[in-house]
Amino acid sequence: MLIELQMILPEIVLMSMACALLVFDAFIPSERRHLTYLLAQLALLVTAVLVVASFPQITEYAFNRTFVDDPMSGAVKAFILVITLFIFFYSHDYLKEHGILKGEYFVLGLFAVLGMMIMASAGSLLTIYLGLELLSLCLYAMVAMHRDSPPASEAAMKYFVLGALASGLLLYGISIIYGISGTLDLQEINNYILYNSERLPMLVYGLVFIIVAIAFKLGAVPFHMWIPDVYQGAPTSVTLFISSAPKIAAFAMTIRFVNDAFMHLTPEWQGILIILSILSMAMGNIIAIAQSNIKRMLAYSTIAHIGFLLLGIISSQSVSATGVTGFADALFYVVTYALMSIGAFGFVILMGRKGHEADELDDYKGLADKNPWFALIMLIFMFSLAGVPPFVGFWAKWFVLKEIVATGLAPLAVIAVVFSIIGAYYYLRVVKLMYFDKPVSMTAIKATQTMRAVISLNGLAILLLGVSPGLLMTFCIEVMKL
Amino acid sequence: MLTLTHILLLATALFCISVAGIFINRKNVIVLLMCIELMLLAVNMNFIAFSHFNQDITGQVFVFFILTVAAAESAIGLAILVVLFRNHDSINVEDMGSMKG
Repeated sequence: MLIELQMILPEIVLMSMACALLVFDAFIPSERRHLTYLLAQLALLVTAVLVVASFPQITEYAFNRTFVDDPMSGAVKAFILVITLFIFFYSHDYLKEHGILKGEYFVLGLFAVLGMMIMASAGSLLTIYLGLELLSLCLYAMVAMHRDSPPASEAAMKYFVLGALASGLLLYGISIIYGISGTLDLQEINNYILYNSERLPMLVYGLVFIIVAIAFKLGAVPFHMWIPDVYQGAPTSVTLFISSAPKIAAFAMTIRFVNDAFMHLTPEWQGILIILSILSMAMGNIIAIAQSNIKRMLAYSTIAHIGFLLLGIISSQSVSATGVTGFADALFYVVTYALMSIGAFGFVILMGRKGHEADELDDYKGLADKNPWFALIMLIFMFSLAGVPPFVGFWAKWFVLKEIVATGLAPLAVIAVVFSIIGAYYYLRVVKLMYFDKPVSMTAIKATQTMRAVISLNGLAILLLGVSPGLLMTFCIEVMKL
Repeated sequence: MLTLTHILLLATALFCISVAGIFINRKNVIVLLMCIELMLLAVNMNFIAFSHFNQDITGQVFVFFILTVAAAESAIGLAILVVLFRNHDSINVEDMGSMKG
């Protein structure tokens, strides 16, 4: 029992601190609200230290196998916590500037992180569902947090209805799988499928619902309808959050399903994911070209990147062929994508000020004349998202494509490259606006020193990882050795 | 005699009605929330049927969790609905189209 409690110590600490913070926040005067922010950062930091200190070397189970502690979950949790630290940095400035600095944002953020950590460590269908719901419910509330903003409430309603629909589909799939196999344990489901292949049609029936729900949560076409509206309508600090850390958690959840539970149904889920991935890359990259709002453009870019991430998951079959661990390329992709995404949305926050969101592409015209350093940082984010060497986005795409070719799906790699080239157009357009157009207004960037320092750090991290991607990739391969 | 198939068919019918309700409904957001509830209850019926016929208690435990989460979910849904009504003076689904592209 004690050992089991030790395994979930990071989660327990995070939960206690989030609950304490909720009470604490109700008692402090609003002008000292930054204390809540500092304590939320402290909670993340403490949890991150605990996760790293107790980094699991082997796979261990706790609480009747509902909780798994393996290297993958440890790595995913560490990445989520670090990314959330960055997110809170950016969010604090945004919320303060726009006059919506409330403790709820940070408390809900911490609970969302808790949900993501549970998803990463789920050993049974029940834990996956509870982690996912904890995450989703917090995100719905965060989108609606700006109470006086009509677009935000509309976005929250759309997100809520479609998110709840996705949860319902997931549950229906889970109930079918439970009914056939008679268990909720992922490993036992895996064994059941191995020895009862005559039940294949019913198992696939359940699997389809689960895959659709995953696609909803990730935002893959044709289940992407909520992404553009939510990204555009939500406050930028919330968009920043939704677009980064939950994607890493959704990746972990996908691995739990497709690898831990449905490994013997690989051809079935692979086929569905291939279609979703091609559609996502096509729709995301082409529709993004038509956007004039940068948040909406980045939303479609997310959809395209999700297509690429799915390619990484599809290529898992090269495990035995090349000796490279499956899914490592997908983990690398999703982590670097989260880093680029918080950079790009953080930049939108950096450019904005009270009463002005800076979310139109025209706001970026002539930035290089006004502020060459930040124009350069934005150029790094855009080039990296487009996949231009030497930035890390290039390596992420490179590893995925290499694995896809090794799996024997070369046509898929060709399609991915073609759509990436189409996608490069709208990223490079932002660069063109910054460097070759005349500025519309001469208002200077009005951000705090910390904000400037953190976003520069973010840009440099992308450059550094691009120059030497080997270290992170070795780590990803190490933790994904299943 | 009531068999597993009968109950599964009923649950599936309820599930389809609720999903159809979400997509066909163009009038009122509250109806959407009702459809979401119905969907979760259909799933609950599935779980209980499987639990009963498989002689396995786990399914019923799962139902308790779903009921709890559904309560939290409708609380958040109704809260968002109140915010939406304050900002738009309407809870008509067709009025929710300010963002396009």
